[in-house]
Order: sequence, then structure tokens, then C-alpha cells
Amino acid sequence: MAALHFHFDIDGEDFSSAGDASVVMKKKLRQLGFPSDAIRRCSIAMYEGEINMVIHANGGTADVDVYPDKIVIVLEDHGPGIPNVELAMQEGYSTSTEQIRNMGFGAGMGLPNMKRYTESLEIETKVGVGTKLTMVVGV
Amino acid sequence: MILREIADLLRARILSSEDMLETEVQNAFCCDMMSDVLAFATNQSVLITGLLNPQVVRTAMMLDMHCIVFINGKEPTPEIVSLADANDIVIMVTDDSMFRAAGTLFGTGLLNADEV
Ligand SMILES: Nc1ncnc2c1ncn2[C@@H]1O[C@H](COP(=O)(O)OP(=O)(O)OP(=O)(O)O)[C@@H](O)[C@H]1O
Ligand SMILES: [Mg+2]
Repeated sequence: MAALHFHFDIDGEDFSSAGDASVVMKKKLRQLGFPSDAIRRCSIAMYEGEINMVIHANGGTADVDVYPDKIVIVLEDHGPGIPNVELAMQEGYSTSTEQIRNMGFGAGMGLPNMKRYTESLEIETKVGVGTKLTMVVGV
Repeated sequence: MILREIADLLRARILSSEDMLETEVQNAFCCDMMSDVLAFATNQSVLITGLLNPQVVRTAMMLDMHCIVFINGKEPTPEIVSLADANDIVIMVTDDSMFRAAGTLFGTGLLNADEV
């Protein structure tokens, strides 16, 4: 079944706009008439991933494929990569600086949240090359 | 409780979405860490925070929240206010501390976010 596709470029230089792609995507899903529970799970997962790309990876891209029964979110960046994925997935683990914490992020909750709110979260990452996250949200 | 009553109780100034003040809410959450807000997201309708940036508004939007209360008289920037205005989110500023604001609302029956 053909999907509706949405593409976003995530600016890594401008923190004040971080999260904007997730806001736009949320509005699209509302227009498409998805149930609010599925929209919320999708929004939270994409938002956490978008913020991560801005604060840890200097931006990237988001590609969202919308099917009647699922939403697939692919986030790709050319940042530093994640050396130890198992560690990064632990609640409370964060390499965030004081500056990031002052902006309300860096609790080490993002990746665990993304896992909690999605049906699957796949992480492909290579140090010095970048990170690709694929999340599937069930409707 | 409606948002207008919350503003009265906290002697708060309303900065955005005044047409939404009749919105009924049942619960609230206090936090400066947006990831914690996102992690403990269940039916929260009012976010009480001392953090001032546009991500507070976007975080509230992700969770379908209706209202943000900034504490300690912290004045949000015009960018924050207009983002909230465009998305039907009420922004209030109270001179109360987070502890006092939360205590006041809790005492009048507003529930913790996980209790509804
Ligand atoms: N896209 C990414 N590129 C490089 N490193 C990342 C990326 N995403 C996450 N990380 C690493 O994984 C750690 C954990 O990420 P997670 O999102 O769980 O927490 P956080 O972003 O530090 O804090 P929070 O999400 O609570 O604001 C980060 O501190 C960072 O070291
Ligand atoms: Mg994060």
C-alpha cells in the first residue's frame, strides 16, 4: 500500500526552532484523522529524536511514511554517532552539557521514551559517521 | 476547574490565547526538564515550569496540553507567546514560586498528572 511521505530538514544551528518538524507532522496527522493516542505517541517519539539530532548531532533529516495502520519515522544525521548504544538506551544516561540541561533537556530520558512510545526502535550508528533511527508507531 | 479560575487562584497575568480560558482541566505537572514532562506524559493539561524557551510550548503541544504557567514572575519572550497564541495554548505568568503555585492548585482539587 502506498504511503504518504513527508520530508523535513532539521537545522542543527538554531536551537530555538528545534521541535518544529514534529509540530508540523503532528498537525498533518491530525488533518489525516488519526486517533489522538497514536498521534501523541508519534509526536513524542519524533520530537525526542528531533531534539537529539539538534543537541547531539548538529541537525539532520526526518522522513515520515504514513500508512493507515502505522507511521514509520526515519531520522538520519551525520553527527558523532553513539559509541555505546546499550548505555545510551539506559534511563538517565546522558552526555549532555550544562548548557543543554539549562535548556530543559539532557535528562537521559529521550531514547528510553522513544522506545516506550513506539512499536519498534532500530538504531544504526557509527562513530564519526552518523546515526540513523527507524521508529514504527502503531495506529 | 477552568483555566480562568487557575489564573485567579495564582493571581496570574494571561499572555496568550485568552479565548481559551473557559477550557476545563483536571490535572497538572510541574517540571523544568522537558524530557521528564515527555516521559511522565499522561493526560496532563497544565504545565507549571520555570523554564523559558520555545521548547516548553512545543513540548506542551506534543502532549496536547492547554496551559503553561510560568512561575516566579518569569516573563516569556514574544516568540514564546506568539507560538502559544498560534496553537491555542494559554500562557500565564504568576509571581508565586513553583511550590506555592502547585500547592495552591493541588489544594483546590486539581490532580497530579497520573491520577486521571
Ligand atoms: N543523534 C545522536 N547522535 C549522537 N549521539 C546521540 C544521538 N542521540 C542520542 N545520543 C547520545 O545518547 C545519549 C542519550 O540520549 P537520550 O535522548 O536518551 O538523552 P539526552 O538527549 O542526553 O537527554 P534527554 O533526551 O532526556 O533530553 C545522549 O546523551 C547522547 O550521548
Ligand atoms: Mg534526548
